[in-house]
Amino acid sequence: MAEPVSALGGAVFEGFATVREIGPLGMITLRAKPDVPGLEAAVRGAVGTGLPARRQMDWAKDRGCGWMSPDEYLLILPHAEVGRALAGIEAALKGQHFLAVDVSDARAVFRIEGEKADQVLRKLAPADLDAMAPGELRRSRIAQVAGAFWAGEGGYTLVVFRSVAGYVMGVLTHSAQPGSELA
Amino acid sequence: MSTRLSKGGRLIDRAHAIEISFNGKRLRGYRGDTLSAALLANDQMLVGRSFKYHRPRGIVASGAEEPNALVNLGAGARAEPNQRTTTTEAFDGLVAASQNHWPSLDYDIGAVNNLAARFLPAGFYYKTFIHPRPAWKHLFEPIIRRSAGLGKAPAEPDADRYEQVYAHCDLLVAGGGIAGLQAALIAGAAGARVMLLEQTAHWGGRAPVDGDVIDGKPAEEWITATLDALGKMENVTLKTRCMVAGVYDHGYVLAEERVADHTPGDGRPRKRLWRIRATRVLSATGALERPLAFAGNDIPGVMLASAVRDYVGNWAVSPGDRTVVVTNNDDAYRTAIALKEAGLEVPVIVDARAQANGALPQKARAMGIRVEAGRAIVKVKGGKRVTGVALGLMAGEGAVLEEIACDAVAMSGGWSPVVHLWSHCGGKLTWDRARAMFRPDAARPPLTQDGSALVIAAGAANGALTGAEALADAAEAGVAAVKSLDLKAKTTPIGKAEAVEEAMIEPVWMMPQGAKASLRMKMWLDFQNDVKVSDVQLAAREGYQSVEHTKRYTTLGMATDQGKLSNINGLAILADALNEDIPAVGTTTFRPPYTPVTIGALVGEARGEIFQPLRRTPMQGWHEAQGAYLEPVGLWRRPYCYPRAGETHEQAVNREILNTRANVGLLDASTLGKIIVRGPDAGRFLDMLYTNVMSSLPVGKCRYGLMCNEQGFLSDDGVVVRLAEDTWLCHTTSGGADRIHGWMEDWLQCEWWDWKVYTANVTEQYAQIAVAGPKARLVLEKLGGMDVSKETMPFMTFAEGELAGIPARVHRISFSGELSYEIAVPASHGLALWEKLVAAGAEFGVMPYGTEAMHIMRAEKGFIMIGDETDGTVIPQDLGLDWAISKKKADFLGKRGQERTYLASPDRWKLVGFETLDGSVIPDGAYVLDAGTNDYGFRKAQGRVTSTYHSPTLQKGIAMGLLRHGPQRMGEVVEFNTMAGGTVAARVVNPVFLDPNGEKQNG
Repeated sequence: MAEPVSALGGAVFEGFATVREIGPLGMITLRAKPDVPGLEAAVRGAVGTGLPARRQMDWAKDRGCGWMSPDEYLLILPHAEVGRALAGIEAALKGQHFLAVDVSDARAVFRIEGEKADQVLRKLAPADLDAMAPGELRRSRIAQVAGAFWAGEGGYTLVVFRSVAGYVMGVLTHSAQPGSELA
Repeated sequence: MSTRLSKGGRLIDRAHAIEISFNGKRLRGYRGDTLSAALLANDQMLVGRSFKYHRPRGIVASGAEEPNALVNLGAGARAEPNQRTTTTEAFDGLVAASQNHWPSLDYDIGAVNNLAARFLPAGFYYKTFIHPRPAWKHLFEPIIRRSAGLGKAPAEPDADRYEQVYAHCDLLVAGGGIAGLQAALIAGAAGARVMLLEQTAHWGGRAPVDGDVIDGKPAEEWITATLDALGKMENVTLKTRCMVAGVYDHGYVLAEERVADHTPGDGRPRKRLWRIRATRVLSATGALERPLAFAGNDIPGVMLASAVRDYVGNWAVSPGDRTVVVTNNDDAYRTAIALKEAGLEVPVIVDARAQANGALPQKARAMGIRVEAGRAIVKVKGGKRVTGVALGLMAGEGAVLEEIACDAVAMSGGWSPVVHLWSHCGGKLTWDRARAMFRPDAARPPLTQDGSALVIAAGAANGALTGAEALADAAEAGVAAVKSLDLKAKTTPIGKAEAVEEAMIEPVWMMPQGAKASLRMKMWLDFQNDVKVSDVQLAAREGYQSVEHTKRYTTLGMATDQGKLSNINGLAILADALNEDIPAVGTTTFRPPYTPVTIGALVGEARGEIFQPLRRTPMQGWHEAQGAYLEPVGLWRRPYCYPRAGETHEQAVNREILNTRANVGLLDASTLGKIIVRGPDAGRFLDMLYTNVMSSLPVGKCRYGLMCNEQGFLSDDGVVVRLAEDTWLCHTTSGGADRIHGWMEDWLQCEWWDWKVYTANVTEQYAQIAVAGPKARLVLEKLGGMDVSKETMPFMTFAEGELAGIPARVHRISFSGELSYEIAVPASHGLALWEKLVAAGAEFGVMPYGTEAMHIMRAEKGFIMIGDETDGTVIPQDLGLDWAISKKKADFLGKRGQERTYLASPDRWKLVGFETLDGSVIPDGAYVLDAGTNDYGFRKAQGRVTSTYHSPTLQKGIAMGLLRHGPQRMGEVVEFNTMAGGTVAARVVNPVFLDPNGEKQNG
């Protein structure tokens, strides 16, 4: 089978911060109320984490589960493991009301790295980065499109829709131009 | 003559000389100069012409309030009109040109307006050019527009970059003078997140140049120490060159940072717009000095007293050897003293008050300066620059007692607190009679969402004009701000400024008080828009009582400076003319921005490639590499056609259609909306959303469905697929994907919140490719992996499997009327599948086709298109889609709406096909003509065309349209109007032009 291809093929821009398109990354949208019996076990089986608290992201190495809304979670895992994880969730939650779908390819993922990585996001997202709790998954907007991001490993990981990957790379590049540091 | 002094100038660096160009003249300045300082240092007193009379205009002020000194700055791609020289930092190589004159600044033909000034009073245009009516639009307005206007709009695209940034803070302090610094220090020490923004490049405001002494030392030392302390606080952000433009509801604040205005081309963004959420705003924006209204107060060389002091102290620029000071308060004496100390001559201080015996007047007298109390300037002498003043009695009518030669006049009519930020969100003002000024009324502040005060005013902006008052007021305001944030104030050093006793101001709105008409016609209120005392008085006589109406009638305060100097004087004159109290007349509304914000900063990054998000399918790069001609579909850019060398678009479209009908075509259908709906109540939910029944759709089957809004109008359509017992996949139109997903969530979250249904918009998860044409099956069979035979996969079914090793869901659905497969694969494999299809299809003559071919092919089949056959007023029944409307269901969205008499009427226009008798194409948008005319004299219509094309398959014009009683009129000939005039005859036919029995698609 052919290798999956990310939206921008791993584009990179080196500015005062480094912007890299990464991926493809496995992602599952899991819709269920937190009190659904077996939900926590299903999530643990898929990505190895528990259910995250409101606006939080739980991690087990490179797998994670983020709180998206009162009845929606975002599971993150290697792209190749999505099929198996979905099958596991289907089995674990059989008979319950839930929805689990593969959204890996509906997304583009960026890393923004460097000491001043936050400044790139401050120019594009109306979110209060200083008020972000450790482990917070922040849903916001990136200039004119929806985006979600979290901090960690010397930078930020940003998730947007795949079709606007080129636009997002454009605004990230614009915002990371050398000489445009905020301080 | 204005010139550079040999010593002093606290803001200039004499070690770094710079050269600038003004109207092609090369002028010398120093690093640290403003453009105004550099112009004055080179005796460039005349800098522009006024808007209406083209009067000579000189620099009046030293800051943001400047009405006159506006220039075209820069050239070519960096040209910017209407830039204030007083706030423009000079740099080596700066190029500026004056505005609003022809042929030259010195000799301006427009100045004949000045000679005719007596015939151009307030409201002149309204009165003179009102008749005949059409002449205004076609004759008068164009001529007036040409003679008016200030700077020239740049002709080239802007070479610079701009950006925006979001910030959040507890307390935003606007203004980095001593009051702002003190308040920020208190809030910073208490642990608040503080942003302190200063519009100029320097901290400390007027305190250093006014000679304030704080804690026993020159103000400069206190400013430096306070900045040091603030700089050490991690919770405090300090920014210079950052003007707070506006305060909006919920503590939203806009500020414009001039990042690289003074270093053009260094690669940094030119300007940056700060979009700030502040819990509280502290307005420490200072005060502006008011001019005095005396005849000839607009002649170059007449300046604000504080500005004269600034030019001498900050930039070592003398406005002239001999400067007459005219005032109604003690503060202006500081200017006389500063001039004298700089070795310049002050022939006389003209004080409108009967007595002048305060500490500062005494000091001036002691320095040997002549002080004349109870006197007025009757008129200023001079043309393009001041040559002298004629003095008279303040109490008189203007008889000249004495003439004094001078080069400049420094005037002070008192100070007005800058109340803009206080007022933007509704803060009210109070008239301080004793000090003759409007200041913030602390009892009526602008309120934020919890009912508390959003803005706290401090220092001169709060009416605390002297250094001592300002620091004490700022300390109080700082503590109040801390408390309002639920923080505790820590012990913080409070600066103590030495109090200098000042005698009371006496309000003077006109000088002399009994000035006759000939003098009043030369007393300028608004220097930029040429509004004089006589104009406001005329407006009052003509019945303009409201200050807002007077403003618009006379244009007072409507120039680019928004009346920073003229408003208070103007409304005082109006109050006097109306015999009203000043507070009863009130002020005009203070609106953002404080000073103009460049459009570039408001646009930010949204230019060129990133003007708006362009959505790309996984195959977009392939389309572009093939030279596809793209058309906008929402934010997508879909291939309209793929023209080959030498082909017109029309030829390309025809080729794509004929090839698809004869061989096989490929369409990138990835933009189609795809929404997964799952849950025990999903079937019930879809039965409510669609007009037909979806719950009965067997697993593995596809069904076309229609969605209506509550009114019954057709909103979206698409094929629904049942993936599993409790799971459906709904295809929507390309433009409807987000809207329909939102529509579903709206019903689920707000109305049917107890239904067990989850949705997920997976539009972008899949690349979707239509393979259509008689040879479509052959192509898929060549790819291999799935049985796509007629028996295994009949029309309106789907199967999941692997095609050429790629996981795929293959639907037997057709929008072209051909044997057709729509294949959905994960987006990350979309391009790979497309390329495999192109390769495998080569031997079968495969060609990609674009949206226009798709449109024409569906029209040949009589398939409707949302947005063509529908426009928000069309119901499915109009389109002959009754078969897709369930009669069995108790309810669905739109059912009740469609039962209303007007929508249920048998007289509605209904869908039919049209064929012109001569084979031509009916023009887009044409109406079917009816007999007679309506009440407005328009020809009546009985229908309209909705889709009209040349069909390459049928080799004639075909059309779909709505016609009254249409389906009952088959064979009838009707007349359409055409754009060219005249009509075109067409026969009413069945809208299905091709393969009415569906043999091709079912094949």
